[in-house]
Amino acid sequence: MTVSVAEENYTSTRNACKLCSPLGACLVLRGIEGCIPLIHGSQGCSTYIRRYGISHFREPLDIASSNFVESTAIFGGRENLFTALDNVTRSYKPEAIGITSTCLAETIGEDVPMYLRQYLASREKGGRDTKGLAPVLFYASTPSYKGTHMDGFHEAILAAVSALAGFGERVPVKTDRINLVSNFVSAEDLRELHSILQSFGVPYTLLPDYSESLDGGTWETYQKLPEGGTKIADIGRMGEAAGTVYLGIPPGKKDAGKWLEENCGVPLFRRELPIGIENNDAFFSSLSEISGKPVPDLWERQRSRLIDAYIDGHKYVNGKRAVIYGEEDFVAALAAFLDEIGVVPVIAATGASNPGFKAHIQGALKNTRRDVEILDDADFVTILAHARELAPDFILGHSKGLYLSRELGIPLIRCGFPVHDRIGGQRILHLGYRGTLNLFDLICNSLMEAKQNQFDKGYTYL
Amino acid sequence: MVEVLAARKQQVLEKGKDVFNIECEKPSTAGSVSQRACVFCGSRVVLYPIADAVHLIHGPIGCAAYTWELRGSLSSGPELHRLSFSTDIREHEVIYGGEKKLYAALKELIGAYKPNAAFVYCTCIIGLIGDDVEAVCAKVEKEVGIPVIPVHSEGFKGTKKDGYKAACEAAFKLVGKDDITPVSKTSINILGEFNLAGETWIIKDYYKRMGVEVTACITGDGRVAEIGRAHRAKLNVVQCSGSMTYLAKMMEEKYGIPYIRVSYFGIEDMSKALYDVAEYFKDETILHNTQELVKSEVNALLPKLTEYRKDLEGKKAGVYVGGSFKAFSMVKALRHLGMETVVVGSQTGSPEDYEYLKEITNEGTIILDDTNPLELSGFILEKGADLLIGGVKERPIAYKMGIGFCDHNHERKEALAGYEGMLNFAREVHTSVTSPVWKYSPARIKAAEAAQAAEAAQAAEAAQAAEAAQAAEAAQAAEAARAGKEILV
Repeated sequence: MTVSVAEENYTSTRNACKLCSPLGACLVLRGIEGCIPLIHGSQGCSTYIRRYGISHFREPLDIASSNFVESTAIFGGRENLFTALDNVTRSYKPEAIGITSTCLAETIGEDVPMYLRQYLASREKGGRDTKGLAPVLFYASTPSYKGTHMDGFHEAILAAVSALAGFGERVPVKTDRINLVSNFVSAEDLRELHSILQSFGVPYTLLPDYSESLDGGTWETYQKLPEGGTKIADIGRMGEAAGTVYLGIPPGKKDAGKWLEENCGVPLFRRELPIGIENNDAFFSSLSEISGKPVPDLWERQRSRLIDAYIDGHKYVNGKRAVIYGEEDFVAALAAFLDEIGVVPVIAATGASNPGFKAHIQGALKNTRRDVEILDDADFVTILAHARELAPDFILGHSKGLYLSRELGIPLIRCGFPVHDRIGGQRILHLGYRGTLNLFDLICNSLMEAKQNQFDKGYTYL
Repeated sequence: MVEVLAARKQQVLEKGKDVFNIECEKPSTAGSVSQRACVFCGSRVVLYPIADAVHLIHGPIGCAAYTWELRGSLSSGPELHRLSFSTDIREHEVIYGGEKKLYAALKELIGAYKPNAAFVYCTCIIGLIGDDVEAVCAKVEKEVGIPVIPVHSEGFKGTKKDGYKAACEAAFKLVGKDDITPVSKTSINILGEFNLAGETWIIKDYYKRMGVEVTACITGDGRVAEIGRAHRAKLNVVQCSGSMTYLAKMMEEKYGIPYIRVSYFGIEDMSKALYDVAEYFKDETILHNTQELVKSEVNALLPKLTEYRKDLEGKKAGVYVGGSFKAFSMVKALRHLGMETVVVGSQTGSPEDYEYLKEITNEGTIILDDTNPLELSGFILEKGADLLIGGVKERPIAYKMGIGFCDHNHERKEALAGYEGMLNFAREVHTSVTSPVWKYSPARIKAAEAAQAAEAAQAAEAAQAAEAAQAAEAAQAAEAARAGKEILV
């Protein structure tokens, strides 16, 4: 059965299961080396996004703002944007500034691309006191009344790629280089993707890459622009790659994968997030195809170990019922994984308003298709209302599911974003055979613990 | 040297060195990566704890999503405030207006949750598209019979402080609705205490023990009906003066209730808050009760603090909090732990507040208005702080610089107000500052090396000076001897 939430006639959103577009853009921009995000709008947007990101990553997250006041909203934000660009350039000395818009700037019709041309012209004429610093500027349009944080995420990737890769000319050199565009995953996941890419022994670009910049070590002095991130030069090389693997399905019409295919002739391979055996198999075979190299033994052994674990734990999970929610592609990948181990995702929900979500989830389910409620444009009050009747055994999703867990009296297994009520959200591994194994162990152990807690004595061995 | 943007130079001063008046109460500089928020944030945090009201955020989803459960305010009854409601406006409403959606959302939420009032927060975009929120609220109010109050909190319309004002105006609309319920002659309202981790309950208990009745808490553990009879209390006691003085002034003007400003943090300020109330009522019993209360609480607390103080004596702290009154209390509270404040600032201080900070801090203290990560981290290192007190955005700055941290914002889960709060504060500071983990921090190692080098250089200099002095003395003696000899000869 599938239910469209719109049918239930709820006008307001109650406990949203989504975030706004500039947040996604900022995370991407923090995943580019030497790049600082600048939000064109009110101060609050930057502060809230910083706070929200910090509560998950537990790292400094410097995001500039052009800081609109009332007169800016009336007369336009050009001067504020220029001042902000000058000040950020002077104090942060960045290689790039990624400008991301807000609902406020979009509604008053700010022509940011024009402003940026004017700014660059005045900089070239020496009219700006930035001490010879000349960061690259690019812009992602991310009105928060349109889509969710995932729209902003993909939009910022497109903005970076179209500004930095290829530079308008078709790149003549073709190499065995791999482009891997990642969906919104944890810092640990990005590190796993690095390991996987490195094992193929060909050069690659992983974008975005906040594996270090949002989960780095400790410092000697405050780092204005934390180390790590996709190198701007590597984004520049994306046009010469042998192929792009794009994880997830971007909600917009245009995306960086398509852009690279159309403008630079780089073949595009869209793949689900590699969670579960089948998604991983497809992912690894794409890497093998692009690089022309076999999948390294290491991963075959990981795969085998994962299957071994599936078998060891199958009794504890088969037939169990789960509630899953979050970003569309993340939920689809979780659904495919749960389907593989016999767990019925009785609710698969996203806060995004995405008409393709239903088909996407159904496509991911091979065993359990009939028993699943697929909710798009859903909030947590709606999810709870549906979950009450479906007797789920556990919840798999981010921290905001705590209410469901309390109300339903079942475990919440934390993954995704945000995980802000536990330490280490940024270090949860979801991807690859190893990430799947991690999730599998978590689920088995949580269910066993819940069962142990129900017995007051005599429940020690399996 | 810590770099400060030219436009911000007057917002930072070093006591004893800089003589100018600190610049404050102005919008953050564009591109300065300010630690501040916006008007909406100010309104939202003030009204948030009113637990039996629907709080509907009119705008795109972000503003609601980021402030869902933002405050750690607890309620002894209904928990409507902990839910996040938004009209979640989309492109369609941006073009055609959001009034219809707002109306439908209000009716639906009031119908489903049966609140005693509803607040509608206008976000940036609502100010722009020009929805007549007043009219929609008035219409719904008439139809449903509960107060439906617009909060003009468009983010760009000023600073967080303007948001406080908008919230006070909204809360003021509830005041004066109930003229029937009896109110004692010795009753007060608690203003600007938000019941973070149950702090309002601690404070209310003190007043109860003194024999003072609390008519309303605005807004900690807040209820619509309680605020409705607040106009008949005899005194307003304002804790978070930045956010609630405006409401106190409006109540003074309309209902003739005087107000006093207090702080519930630290031993002196907590005790003074209670004494100020007791003295206002000029009631022997209350005064006696207050003396007994303070005596027993302080006597019980001090020996426990001494334990923590042993380890904390001589350590240095940075304080960066939202309100300046809180900053004052922190400076004093830290002194009880043997700690010196070397960097202190707030997001919303007034010129008088910064003057007072200058009075209560030592020479060399850095005083900041509306800071950013670069300055804050720089001053912490420069001044050799061992601890930072701040909010979520300041926490990773402290940790990366290898120093302890104490959360003192509206998200915290530890009660820090009152005497038991002071003990919690001491415990938290102690736990963080004395943790053995800091010895592994590169920033800390570097700072220690620099300090050691400076000490060695100082010692070398002193030794050199001593040697020189000795040589001079010897020369003098020799000279004297020679002179003596000459005399002798």
